[in-house]
Amino acid sequence: MRAAVIVFPGSNCDTDTHHALARVMGVPTDLVWHATPSLDGYDLVVLPGGFSYGDYLRTGAMAAQARVMRAVREAADRGVPVLGICNGFQILLEAGLLPGAMLPNDCVEFRCEWVHVRVETRRTPFTQATDMGQVLRMPIAHGEGNYVADPATVDALDDNDQVVWRYTDAAGRRTAGANPNGSVADIAGICNARGNVVGLMPHPERCSETALGGTDGRMLWESVLARVAA
Amino acid sequence: MSGLPQIYTAHVFVRLKSGVNDPQGATVADGLRDLGFDGIRDVRVGKIVDVELVAPDAATARERVQAMCEQLLTNPVIEDFELELIEPQPLKLSDTAW
Repeated sequence: MRAAVIVFPGSNCDTDTHHALARVMGVPTDLVWHATPSLDGYDLVVLPGGFSYGDYLRTGAMAAQARVMRAVREAADRGVPVLGICNGFQILLEAGLLPGAMLPNDCVEFRCEWVHVRVETRRTPFTQATDMGQVLRMPIAHGEGNYVADPATVDALDDNDQVVWRYTDAAGRRTAGANPNGSVADIAGICNARGNVVGLMPHPERCSETALGGTDGRMLWESVLARVAA
Repeated sequence: MSGLPQIYTAHVFVRLKSGVNDPQGATVADGLRDLGFDGIRDVRVGKIVDVELVAPDAATARERVQAMCEQLLTNPVIEDFELELIEPQPLKLSDTAW
């Protein structure tokens, strides 16, 4: 088992994610520069949060053109679990590895706070060890997490079991106040049709040990480690 | 000058698709109202990308910028664009960009 955390100019959650995987979970993990042409030999690829290329043009747009993204696409095609966190999610959208796009939060504020998300499917490598409907408490920190897609795409996400997490309150209820950014259908995270490419706005690496105020993020790592080991 | 490459400037106007929520535009509209401007119905914020390029003719220049718009400059999920190509200026020997 070996994990890759991709580093773009402007990534700023790369070392946090490396820490969560390598130190907290004990997984051999490499920080991999965006110019790297191949991801052969990695069992898990994580695109971390941050502000790659200063969010120039559109969030994730420049990083989506990086050389390493061809390798990410190849890894995804091989079935390797790929996780995009926050800016990593935005990059996966811009790269076309996940459907839809991001807009600025409807409140037009940068939201930096703890939120609750409900597990909507267990079929992804990152949710198989969680329970259906389980509510996870994780932090967000973004200005553009307002997920949008045309109605047909949103319907298809539901029909194909591609909505992975939705924003809810602590009891798992979808309420207006629980959605921090205006995302359509309260979507906090989605996956591709195959289920191995997953993107979400909350930061599991920031809640993987008690010292950080929460450990629900560990469930994503435990899930994917169990999947890779299986 | 036929056959010689020329410098073209393309103005790409990028707008959010109609129907796509524009939180920035809504906030700017509120700001204008706060300043006392009456009658504001809607504000949409877009962007302009100016591309200067060397191409053999206008059709090729337009084709290349169109491809740039589709591959990077705009996101077709949320944005529309219009492309305006400016008449070229003859390339001088001092122009070494190409």
